[in-house]
Amino acid sequence: MAQYSLQEMMAIIAAREVKNSDIVLCGTGIAMLAAIAAKKITAPQASIFFETGAVDVQFVQIPLSLADPRIMQGAIRLAGLAESFNIIQNRTTGRNVISILGAAQIDIHGNLNSTAIGDYWKPTVRFSGSGGACDIGSLAGQFWVFMELGKRRFVEQVDYLTTPGFLEGAGAREKLGLPGGGPSLVITNKACFRFDDTSKKMYLHSCYPGFTPQAIQEEIGFKIDLTRATEAKPPTEHELNILRTQCDPDRMVLK
Amino acid sequence: MDLKGKVLGLSEAVERYVHDGALISFGGFSATQCPMAAVHEIIRRRIKNLHVVAASNGQAVDELIGGGCVEGIEIAYGGNGRFASTCIRFRRAAERGEIKVEDYSNYQMTLRFMAGAMGVPFLPTYSSLGTDIVKKWGYNEEERRQNPRLAPKKLLILDNPFNVTGRVDQLVLVPALRPDITIIHAPRADIWGNVQLMGLQFADTEQAKASKNLIVTCEEIVETEELRKDPYRNQILNFQVSAVVEIPWGAYPCAVYGYYDYDPWFLRDLYQKVAKNESEWRNYLDKYVYGTKDRQEFLDLIGMDRLKTLLADKEAGYNPGLNRR
Repeated sequence: MAQYSLQEMMAIIAAREVKNSDIVLCGTGIAMLAAIAAKKITAPQASIFFETGAVDVQFVQIPLSLADPRIMQGAIRLAGLAESFNIIQNRTTGRNVISILGAAQIDIHGNLNSTAIGDYWKPTVRFSGSGGACDIGSLAGQFWVFMELGKRRFVEQVDYLTTPGFLEGAGAREKLGLPGGGPSLVITNKACFRFDDTSKKMYLHSCYPGFTPQAIQEEIGFKIDLTRATEAKPPTEHELNILRTQCDPDRMVLK
Repeated sequence: MDLKGKVLGLSEAVERYVHDGALISFGGFSATQCPMAAVHEIIRRRIKNLHVVAASNGQAVDELIGGGCVEGIEIAYGGNGRFASTCIRFRRAAERGEIKVEDYSNYQMTLRFMAGAMGVPFLPTYSSLGTDIVKKWGYNEEERRQNPRLAPKKLLILDNPFNVTGRVDQLVLVPALRPDITIIHAPRADIWGNVQLMGLQFADTEQAKASKNLIVTCEEIVETEELRKDPYRNQILNFQVSAVVEIPWGAYPCAVYGYYDYDPWFLRDLYQKVAKNESEWRNYLDKYVYGTKDRQEFLDLIGMDRLKTLLADKEAGYNPGLNRR
């Protein structure tokens, strides 16, 4: 079996989920590698764009931020924030938009905090804030989450609700009229989670080889359903080869 | 007619248009196209109590906060990509209560500038329904009444007045922004203030047009005839501009697409280190900002050898050979 890092596992799991009809709103870091890998492995027709306004980016070199000149090289369109977020809010195009978000905290309904820990007005830790995350969580057809497991990250209640998941649970998004589909997948360094169709609660979907459901539960600050867990399929030689040699040959993201 | 058009020196432009307590916005996004020469001039002049509004401006906002120029900020994202997942001086000031912070999303800040540019009092979006962006306000209503730079409400929820579906359809109205002054950094402009943008526009065009006054710093001033060759890129017009300042390397250490790359040495090896330590931060300001009388002295300190390593390959728009590790 191929040797792989957990970072590579995360990128490949996300890449496999992308479909040709998807419009992928791209982040940076591993989320960006996942989008690039998807184009090369599973979904060559998928469109990739950035909230800063670059569409169909070529990735000759890995960008280090959403504004890096490297996302501008060879793009089919260079616009700005207004045009990008219009694409996500517009119901014809927005339904097909998927994006991968990171956060400091997540709860059982997939609500995310990327703003502050502690009291919002006197934070013990201040983070960057929403950026486009709240917009994506509100408006995109679906979003996925990349996070490391841990009890401080997977919490009963987020300190600040920056990005709407399923809010209080079943029916809450519909009651408020949030147009986007909400979270559908949480990819961590040890396991993946999905959301129950009825309750909209997170459940353990798959463990990476070497991790048991009980061990995963111990790293989560709330009780989750472990009964549906399977073992995740590790990356193949072919997938790893593409990821390493074609997506990030300079090892700007992969360690 | 005055043949200098709207051209001013940087010091003159900042003196004329940036005052203590101003409602001010800066163009650029994370480490690209921030008007850093103007930011340093503002710090150098020890302008105080600025109220900053921006979508995702990284380096400019962080240095201004560290320079003690900022009282409050309405912002979507205070980060700088790989160089700072959260901007260091922004984070410290927020945690210590040295600045007031009001959080919006990127789309909301863009819409607020767009509303200002359109001349309407607000624009609607579905974004942020049910979140703490709606529930938790950085400034309460009493503080808003006493501060003329703030909208009377952070935002407002309204039922869609055209709704015929019978389903719930409510919107978040975000208030227009009309900054006293906006500063953007552009690649090219003519002396009259026609501005040509290249690469991504971020929210620069909306910010520029929402503002009561606009300073455009640019890499080069060119003949108007040169701009006429590519009218699609001429996004800002002379009657929207207060002053044009030619200032090569005016965004350094941030990048300008087609001109130069960002500087990993400055942003990572120098800035990340000094920003985390109070005495080193003082030394940084003393050496690089207060200790230089103008942009040229600052650039001399950085050195032409260093700047040359950043020069963009004309086709790529950045330097493909740059060591970014």
